[in-house]
Amino acid sequence: MTPTAALSPDGETVKKDGSSAIGAGRPGFLWAAPAAVFFGLFALVPLVMVAVLSFASWDGLSDPEFAGLDNWRKLLDDPVMIKSLWLSVLLTVLGVAVQTPLSILLGVWAAGHQRNRGVLSAIYFVPMLLSVAAVSVLWRAVLDPNMGVPAQATWLFGDGNLFGKQATAIGVLVFVSTWQFTPLHTLIYQGAARAVPQVLYQAAQIDGAGTVRQFFHITLPQLRNAIITSMILMVVGGLTTFDTVLILTQGGPGSDTTISAYYMYQKAFKSFDYGGASAIALLLVLVSTVISLIVVRLSGYDKMRSTMEGL
Amino acid sequence: MRKSRPNCFAGFGSLVWLLVVGLPLYVMLVATFQTRPDYAANGPLSFPEHFTLDNYIDDLNSGFAQYFLNTVIVTVCVVGIVLLLVPPLAYTIVRSRGRATTTVFRLFLLGLAIPSQAVIVPMFFVISEAGLYDNLIGVILPTAAFAMPVCALILTGVMRDITPDLYEAMTMDGASPRRVFFQLVLPLSRSGISTIVVFSALQAWNGFLFPLVLTQSAETKVITLGLYDFQTEHGVNTPGLLAAVVLSMLPILIVYLFARRALVQGLMGVGGK
Repeated sequence: MTPTAALSPDGETVKKDGSSAIGAGRPGFLWAAPAAVFFGLFALVPLVMVAVLSFASWDGLSDPEFAGLDNWRKLLDDPVMIKSLWLSVLLTVLGVAVQTPLSILLGVWAAGHQRNRGVLSAIYFVPMLLSVAAVSVLWRAVLDPNMGVPAQATWLFGDGNLFGKQATAIGVLVFVSTWQFTPLHTLIYQGAARAVPQVLYQAAQIDGAGTVRQFFHITLPQLRNAIITSMILMVVGGLTTFDTVLILTQGGPGSDTTISAYYMYQKAFKSFDYGGASAIALLLVLVSTVISLIVVRLSGYDKMRSTMEGL
Repeated sequence: MRKSRPNCFAGFGSLVWLLVVGLPLYVMLVATFQTRPDYAANGPLSFPEHFTLDNYIDDLNSGFAQYFLNTVIVTVCVVGIVLLLVPPLAYTIVRSRGRATTTVFRLFLLGLAIPSQAVIVPMFFVISEAGLYDNLIGVILPTAAFAMPVCALILTGVMRDITPDLYEAMTMDGASPRRVFFQLVLPLSRSGISTIVVFSALQAWNGFLFPLVLTQSAETKVITLGLYDFQTEHGVNTPGLLAAVVLSMLPILIVYLFARRALVQGLMGVGGK
């Protein structure tokens, strides 16, 4: 395909000699083609394959066989699967509940221009730079039952084995995710808090409102969009948590922290049930797509022509 | 106008958070400079008695130098692919009026919602069928593909802010799309390009799932996978393990020291923002 005037009819730009300049000025589809093909091959084709495989029975050795809804039926009957869904939801909800207030407070605090806040923010940011693998390995060592901090602080941690009970193991997962991802959400809130018009605060001060009232009646309502964005990111991130579980708890004790994304990995690469794993994967894609569509709609990104819009 | 009074609550809270963020980093650093017996005897909070660099040296000698190099190769190639493919894509999305382009953009937006976990099973087979299993290329290709949607989003945002008048002026002079791209679009979207470089580099450097499933041998191991294997194999050697963690994060921390703004902007991309 070549860039032609017919492809992009446009009356605005007409050369002086009367010939259309659009063909010359606008890139044709060919410019986007390499990226589209590449992305299609390595992201969209596998996605379609996941959908197909979720209706197939396959151990990876013989040819896949069409199995209808078998995988899906088995998943619904699988107590570990049902449990993993509940655990995914629990972990996600706990993550949102802990991280949202924390990152709003930190974000609003960091939005101030004081010098010490700048320095501290720079340190707060470090966890976000590290890979999930590195962070999980680090915390696993720090919280080690025998050699870690809990062994030294039994007054706080009891027997010190945080990985041995479901409640504390979930606590560890939520805490480590919070430790790593709070900086990202703080950053979102910091940006949003700085964008709040100062006039609002000035008016409130004239009315005699204190810091706390200003926070609840001005800052918080003005952060609405940031809260939506950040929460959706937390939900999608929470539902697909995998590395943290693999490295910190291996889904244990028992299957007490086996959340869906980790269960999918186990099904595929430990018990070689690729069909069943694909069904879980498809479920995860559907849920996170629905959530992302909601974000795109709510934020109006699909209709936005310029990031300058509305300023 | 709005004078900030010292806020005791905020001051206290910020110090508590500093402790939460700093404590594990402190444990990590002091552990790496201790011998194993010292660490076992004195616990994670104590300061090194006999300062040593052996943990780092041992790590580098037991394969981490190779893993480090592999990660560098993956990162450079991923950034290269993204730089080659995404700017022309974003330029087309912003400037072309073709229907195909709109469809492509929609697909990339959809791509934002695909978690890499979800496609890992078919990816394993695509890469195996292509004969790229246990090959760094097999890690590079999907990593680059999964970095593209966010990069496309960032860059189209930046390119949309180039005023139409500039395009008009150049087309009036009869400039071809290629000239417009190289002489107008690229120079004016430098900030966006540096953001996508940082974003894709971080994705590649910190990537874990693709290497975990798509590679196997020590020759193709990247550093994140090296950490995981170290933990499962020699979990008791905490100082050595933590020294490896430090090695894995060193380059990013150095970049952070010198180019904080660019890095933070790239990180905003991590959140898909």
